[in-house]
Amino acid sequence: MIRVTLPAHLRKLAQVDGEVKLDVDGQVTQHSVLDALEARYPMLRGTIRDHVTHRRRAFVRFFACGEDLSHEPPDSPLPDAVATGAQPFMIVGAIAGG
Amino acid sequence: MSGVRVLVGTRKGAFVLTSDAKRERWNVSDPLFAGWEIYHLKGSPADPNRLYASQSSSWFGQIIQRSDDGGKTWHQPGTPPGEPTTTPEGMPKGESNKFVYDTSPETGKPLTTHQWYDGTPHPWEFKRVWHLEPSLTDPDTVYAGVEDAALFRSTDGGQSWQELSGLRGHGSGSSWAPGAGGMCLHTIILDPSKPNRIFIAISSAGAFRTDDAGKTWQPINRGLHSLYIPNPTAEVGHCVHRIAMNRSRPGVLFMQKHWDVMRSDDAGESWQEISGNLPTDFGFAIDVHAHEPNTIYVVPIKSDSEHFPPDGKLRVYRSRAGGNEWEPLTKGLPQSDCYVNVLRDAMAVDSLDKCGVYFGTTGGQVYASADAGDTWAPIVRDLPAVVSVEVQTLP
Repeated sequence: MIRVTLPAHLRKLAQVDGEVKLDVDGQVTQHSVLDALEARYPMLRGTIRDHVTHRRRAFVRFFACGEDLSHEPPDSPLPDAVATGAQPFMIVGAIAGG
Repeated sequence: MSGVRVLVGTRKGAFVLTSDAKRERWNVSDPLFAGWEIYHLKGSPADPNRLYASQSSSWFGQIIQRSDDGGKTWHQPGTPPGEPTTTPEGMPKGESNKFVYDTSPETGKPLTTHQWYDGTPHPWEFKRVWHLEPSLTDPDTVYAGVEDAALFRSTDGGQSWQELSGLRGHGSGSSWAPGAGGMCLHTIILDPSKPNRIFIAISSAGAFRTDDAGKTWQPINRGLHSLYIPNPTAEVGHCVHRIAMNRSRPGVLFMQKHWDVMRSDDAGESWQEISGNLPTDFGFAIDVHAHEPNTIYVVPIKSDSEHFPPDGKLRVYRSRAGGNEWEPLTKGLPQSDCYVNVLRDAMAVDSLDKCGVYFGTTGGQVYASADAGDTWAPIVRDLPAVVSVEVQTLP
């Protein structure tokens, strides 16, 4: 079970409270986690990454286990703590403005 | 009893303002889509309960919202509230926020590039929907003007969108360049007398018209003169801010350009300047009286760098002569220390008698006149910065 945290705007869009829990088939990567997230909550398609290219939106960042994973290759394995559900995969809106 | 519903888009949410036909007492809704930029909301002329809204943010992109009950409840088209978001097969019911530019059917590559600010080629990148224009006859058909400039259409109530790519592909697309606000398609006018005729305007490419429902387009900028571009009379490249039409006279168009207020009497084939005695002919908003097709309204703004009214006086200017002769309308509007802007989509008229005129400001005020502009009063004073104002006249 993978745990994912979403920024407030996206929790509201997806109509969820708190963390999202997902089953991910195969290797746990950014790509596979986002695939599972978008399959479960299709209204989030396009809000985190581009519909077609799957490039991360510029003002969205990915963190886990205290590390910034935003610039990691999307098919790289996520940390074991994320894969086991010990730690959440955090989707964060960049802080911009005052 | 009839009434009006004013749909207000702001930098931090949408608001619905309602009144009976007297337009004296108003109800102001709580914010809808709070925290998101709402560039535009508009109701279907064919079904006043059908509303569309463009909800966007730099962080999370574009969302399309739809209401089927006059704004009481909203949902993303294809995913009604309370229902599963996917079909039993697990497929999403709608992808209402998916705006994908057409590519070449032969090569699969982008149709064209546009010019970046420095003149270098730049790929088209979808940013947001600036304007939604519902069909005059079918509530499920709606057009979207987007940044980077292109026109999309949905025929399933906003669930899915297809580009009318003949616009970008007509030949001049590679020469279009963004204005200060981005390269946006902000004006869509559907001709009530010719179902296949659509007018659009792009900053800063100019105005275009199709007579075959969007397959092919022609630039309609003859007569525009823009000193701020290398060729002041170029076929494209003009920063058109807004075009307005009275539905009873669809061949006559009025334009607020970056500088200059213009008029066309031949569906855009040629334009003549009608700035006349305006204190400045820079501005964004322009609209036409609902019953008097020669009565037009603009809000003069000091200059392209000083986006506020001249002399700190917020004045709507009205011409009853179709241009050139303008009178300031000031009663009820601040006449000192006012430095707000009125953006291009932030003025609208109702169709009651007398015609109501409405506009919103970047200072968060929405002003209304129930007597065609003679007197004004704020409906609400302290909203977030207003981006768009639309009005529905309800039976």
